[in-house]
Amino acid sequence: MSLPDGWEMVVGLEVHTELKTNTKMFCGCTNTFGAAPNTNVCPICLGLPGSLPVLNVRAVELAMAIGTALHSTISPSTFHRKNYFYPDMPKDFQISQYDLPINAGGYLDLPDGSRVSIERAHLEEDTGKSTHLGGSGRIHDADRSLVDYNRSGVPLVEIVSGPDIRSSAQARTYAAELRGILIATGASDGRMEEGSMRIDANVSVRRTGEPFGTRCEIKNLNSLRSLVRAIDFEAARQVELIEGGATVRQETRHWDENLGSTSTMRVKEEADDYRYFREPDLVDLVPDQAWQDRVRDGLKPMPAERRAVLTRRLGDPAPALLDALEVVIDLGLDSFVIAALDAGVEPDLAMARAANEIASDLDGLVNLSVESYVATLLMEQSSELSATQSKTVLAEILANGGEPTSVAASKGFERLASGALGEVVAQLIDDHPDEWSRYRSGDEKLAQFFIGRVMKLTNGQANGKEVIAELQARR
Amino acid sequence: MALDVQNGDTSAVSVLEESLAQIRSRNEELNVFLYVDEEGARAAASAVDERVARGENVGTLAGVPVALKDNLCQTNIPTTCSSKILEGWRPPYNATVVDRLLAAGAVPVGKTNLDEFAMGSSTENSAFGPTRNPHNTSRVPGGSSGGSAAAVAADMTPLALGSDTGGSIRQPAALCGLIGVKPSYGLVSRYGLIAFASSLDQIGPLTKTVSDAAIALEAIAGHDPLDSTSLPEPSPSLVAHVEDGVAGKRIGVVRELIDGADADVVASVERAVEVLKEAGATIVELSVPEFRLGLSAYYLIAPAEASSNLARFDGVRYGLRVKADDVTAMMEATRTAGFGEEVKRRIMLGTYALSAGYYDAYYGQALKVRTLTIDAFRRAYREADLLLGATTPSVAFEFGSKTADPMAMYLSDVFTIPSNLSGEPAISVPFGTGEAGLPIGVQLLGPGRSEAQLFAGARVLEIADGRP
Repeated sequence: MSLPDGWEMVVGLEVHTELKTNTKMFCGCTNTFGAAPNTNVCPICLGLPGSLPVLNVRAVELAMAIGTALHSTISPSTFHRKNYFYPDMPKDFQISQYDLPINAGGYLDLPDGSRVSIERAHLEEDTGKSTHLGGSGRIHDADRSLVDYNRSGVPLVEIVSGPDIRSSAQARTYAAELRGILIATGASDGRMEEGSMRIDANVSVRRTGEPFGTRCEIKNLNSLRSLVRAIDFEAARQVELIEGGATVRQETRHWDENLGSTSTMRVKEEADDYRYFREPDLVDLVPDQAWQDRVRDGLKPMPAERRAVLTRRLGDPAPALLDALEVVIDLGLDSFVIAALDAGVEPDLAMARAANEIASDLDGLVNLSVESYVATLLMEQSSELSATQSKTVLAEILANGGEPTSVAASKGFERLASGALGEVVAQLIDDHPDEWSRYRSGDEKLAQFFIGRVMKLTNGQANGKEVIAELQARR
Repeated sequence: MALDVQNGDTSAVSVLEESLAQIRSRNEELNVFLYVDEEGARAAASAVDERVARGENVGTLAGVPVALKDNLCQTNIPTTCSSKILEGWRPPYNATVVDRLLAAGAVPVGKTNLDEFAMGSSTENSAFGPTRNPHNTSRVPGGSSGGSAAAVAADMTPLALGSDTGGSIRQPAALCGLIGVKPSYGLVSRYGLIAFASSLDQIGPLTKTVSDAAIALEAIAGHDPLDSTSLPEPSPSLVAHVEDGVAGKRIGVVRELIDGADADVVASVERAVEVLKEAGATIVELSVPEFRLGLSAYYLIAPAEASSNLARFDGVRYGLRVKADDVTAMMEATRTAGFGEEVKRRIMLGTYALSAGYYDAYYGQALKVRTLTIDAFRRAYREADLLLGATTPSVAFEFGSKTADPMAMYLSDVFTIPSNLSGEPAISVPFGTGEAGLPIGVQLLGPGRSEAQLFAGARVLEIADGRP
């Protein structure tokens, strides 16, 4: 969707990503998603009186990894308290970073060639999660609210972009590329559906060439689709307001996925004064150069670099492969594809099985080695396995582990013993003299008839090409 | 006492029973303990005796009954901070100091009264009534650790722990005739101390003798991984240095820690100077004008931190909840009903000091004064090894004499606040008596981690005051 001629949107994104640490940011509770409510808590993340926070070193490392990947300057930083009352925040303040963030400045280059500046990427703790029962499901008219503090104290990095984004498509590309970087650094699993990456969008519009307009902040967008729709809706709303002679009011807005529209959450004048001050229970965070170097040296290649390498290996990939390319890069599956290409697997096949079969069961990745992937694809390419059988073997390994040959054997996908196919074909010819004579006289369609019969008799273990070869040999 | 228990000359159980009997006989009159855990204390004392019987070395506090200020968490023991807002709350964990007391063989007997959330200098701000000074029950025991001071002064327990944010251990120690120690910031873990002002709070002992204070501080001090502001070193050696004396030490007598005190208090400080001089110390007269700014800086920094620390008492998770139509109204009603006047005053003061538009003029300015105070101490310690002054401007005052005027009450802490701002240690020692025969405390101050020297200096005064 595009704005009327002469209008331009200006977008900046604040991306909150949960860090994939073993434990929470300031206590020893495990950092997991989906446990029964309020089972993953302790005096510290419940903010019980007298408890004190102790910083998780791994969270600092992951924040530095993100900053390094975004070309930020890692600086000595401090923690501040952001004070406001909310039931899902157990201390009624959030420990965050304020004037001295761990990562300052930086940029992110997008695949479309544009560059988006990064203002900062700072550490903070997540809040608990409220569920509002009754009414619209939002707090203001709920009958009852339930709070789950399992998420309270989960480490977050908030990445704030400059106001450099000019379209919803670019916003999507930025968010997707950033997601790839977060996965590549090991900082996040990038699962937006589980809330491990949440986006706030600052949107304003202006007539081309004019100064920035008044912005609205849309909170808590948790899918790329919502991001695009919300930005497009909001920019159009603002253009309509201005063209109608009204002005845009600076405010925080809520995106309703079902209605496809944004609505006022709170206006600027009502906005809280957070009374930031230095968190006296924590000491300054000053990562020394050696630590920063260790983080930098430990970084794996970022998506942009991996995309370039894979594109080169695919040799000017066909347009049909481009979507698969993004999936493979995004999910970090390029090592599988490149190993397959090295072993002589055709590009289409090497890409397809990764972008489809592996991508559909990422949790199973722990069970699948690069070697098993390559071996399975080679079996498929040499017709030892049919396409269906190859997919089945991969799915089985992803689900339960195992080696390709033994998995194939256990599924009964063994190649027919040499000579066995010939016997089957000879028998079929005897049983179907009419069809055979029509085939011999040049009716090629009849080949399919015989292949179908062979497949049935061999439980799908025969290879179509080999059946045709047998038929040709007897013609 | 711990030695007698360890040697089998007496038992932890009989020591405890004496303590409990004294509590029973005087608690109603003095209002010292908000909760007495007889059952838990008996179990702990029996356990000590069993370990002694097995020949184990129980620890430096074997069988010593100890009173805990009711802002220190002890597992499953009601902890109120003398506030209605926490009534009924039982912490699911021990403060680090409680664990360390237990490890040293001490027997926690109960929780003592305080000014609500440690905000006050007389224990009159308790939601559960004031504590009376055992030396004269028409007088305050001081505060905020007034209950802990009264427990020791009334022979209920030989040891009590308090917390000191602006003088809350030293001032009641002075008013009740006890040793009171505010350790270096970070020497004692704050984990499990319900925070008033986190950057100023320190836990410390109140005892009748210097050596008891040294034993207790040794037991509770040392690095704690649960407190990020905890110093990295293990507990220092203190008991071994109690008799070190002050020969050759330079002691700075600070005008700003004396001016404004009553004549009887000034006289005690002057006698203390003579005693220290006779013991071989060199006396240096000093003026540190920055100390005069301390009070106003303190009354911005402490309320600012408190306004944030006390936000969590909102009725959502524990303690008092006053029902209302929605969550915001519930929080407001709960906090309105749960907090007392002084706590509300400080929350409002602190909220204001941190607000956008006022931050620089108030909180920011106070932080600058804090830095000035730290620098001033540093300069003073170039000329002196320890500093000397009064602990409080007067002896224990009458109930109600300062409650109408918050500023008059705040001035009770004028001599003690500088050490909290700098994070450095100080000790109050009873030295002579004043008006109405009430005890007077003099204060020794030292640079960071100079506790051993402070105990040595305090011991010299203790001997001269007739307690060899």
